[in-house]
Amino acid sequence: MVPAEPIVDIRGLRKRFGSNEVLRGIDLAVAPGEVVAIIGRSGSGKSTLLRCINGLESPDAGTLAIEGRPMRLDDPRAMRDLRQRVGMIFQSFNLFPHLDVGHNIMLAPGLVKGRRGAQGEARARQLLARVGLDDKFEAMPAQLSGGQQQRVAIARALAMEPQVLLCDEITSALDPELVAEVLAVVEMLASEGMTLLMVTHEMRFARKVADRVVFMHEGAIHETGPASELFTRPQTTELRQFLAALD
Amino acid sequence: MVEFTLWDILRNLLLAARWTVALSLIAFVAGGALGLLLVLARTLPAGAVGRWAGRCVALHVEVFQGTPLLMQLFLAYFGLALLGLEVSAWLAAALALTLHASAFLAEIWRGCIEAVPRGQWDAAASLALTRSEQLRRVIAPQALRIAIAPTVGFLVQVIKGTALASVIGFIELAKAGTMITNATFRPFAVYACVAAIYFAMCYPVSAFSRRLERRLNGAR
Repeated sequence: MVPAEPIVDIRGLRKRFGSNEVLRGIDLAVAPGEVVAIIGRSGSGKSTLLRCINGLESPDAGTLAIEGRPMRLDDPRAMRDLRQRVGMIFQSFNLFPHLDVGHNIMLAPGLVKGRRGAQGEARARQLLARVGLDDKFEAMPAQLSGGQQQRVAIARALAMEPQVLLCDEITSALDPELVAEVLAVVEMLASEGMTLLMVTHEMRFARKVADRVVFMHEGAIHETGPASELFTRPQTTELRQFLAALD
Repeated sequence: MVEFTLWDILRNLLLAARWTVALSLIAFVAGGALGLLLVLARTLPAGAVGRWAGRCVALHVEVFQGTPLLMQLFLAYFGLALLGLEVSAWLAAALALTLHASAFLAEIWRGCIEAVPRGQWDAAASLALTRSEQLRRVIAPQALRIAIAPTVGFLVQVIKGTALASVIGFIELAKAGTMITNATFRPFAVYACVAAIYFAMCYPVSAFSRRLERRLNGAR
């Protein structure tokens, strides 16, 4: 089998905040349709790595390409194009509190893709149905549970029809009983062939859904491999300690 | 000696109060427009232009927040005259109050924009909105809600601040009070009326501000 061209291609990525070097040379290539779980202690650079991929953080060194096209942070048109192909879901949902659920989903497609009116609304309703919230079109975000808000956030990201979805600890702010409903949606996306990069603390979920697990430690990729191997036969002491601390 | 009735006093004060209202409105509207430009300049993305603009706005705000309004009025009136510009008390007062209000409003509104969580910018950016779309469609509507109460509150400060324009000879409510006192020798009655008129102008504004605040908090 000829390996497909990577959809996300990161080489030598470095990022520092002041004197703190958060990313110390990251190399990571993600194939289309691949599901990559990024694990590691807090402060290991997982979220920063994810935020670099859609340009929310600007790297200090290294290159980053999406579908073969290098990222150009100084070119607003290139960034608008890139961000349509790379969606993101956040730990704190970040729904727009002044808009109802329907308009949260329709805002960006209307502005960016010119998809307005009945067409935009039909698409938004369709996406809401996919995340199991067909009856919440007119609800305000504050009226929803955390799990429902996060599912709306997923529908909102999907409305831009991204090829890659970045999930930044998307269940960490949820009450335990609400985690499953969000993970079920992510699992559905994974089974449909969406390329997913997710920073997560849900090890059981990572093991079940991820094709590959990346363990980050002190700003570098410390160990990586298929979920089944990485969790059962960790090669480095750091990963062993990390996994042991979770049990 | 001419006898002045309370109605004579009140009538003349009310006529002068028109100028207080006019000066307040000009300071607030022009100051608001300038303040909006300043706050927009301050939210420019951090580039060479953005940094430079940000510094200029910060300096403007520091100068006008860090000096008494009284000095600003003197400087506008006598300072411009020194430069050879003959300005009326009316124009000098309007100019000083406008600049004064712009600095305070810019700072109030900047605080309101910063009160919108960082994650809102992130979410809007990740959905491919441009910087100006992020600001107009996501940040501004939320900042506006936060801004209404302190902005209307500041309007009350502006109304009372116009009293200082009397020192450069502009005849508004406070100055008219002094002049009428000199004619009637009834300072207590006159100044009580002056205070009552200021109160009648400011109270509805602050009551309105409180009501808006309650309603917006309730709707959240």
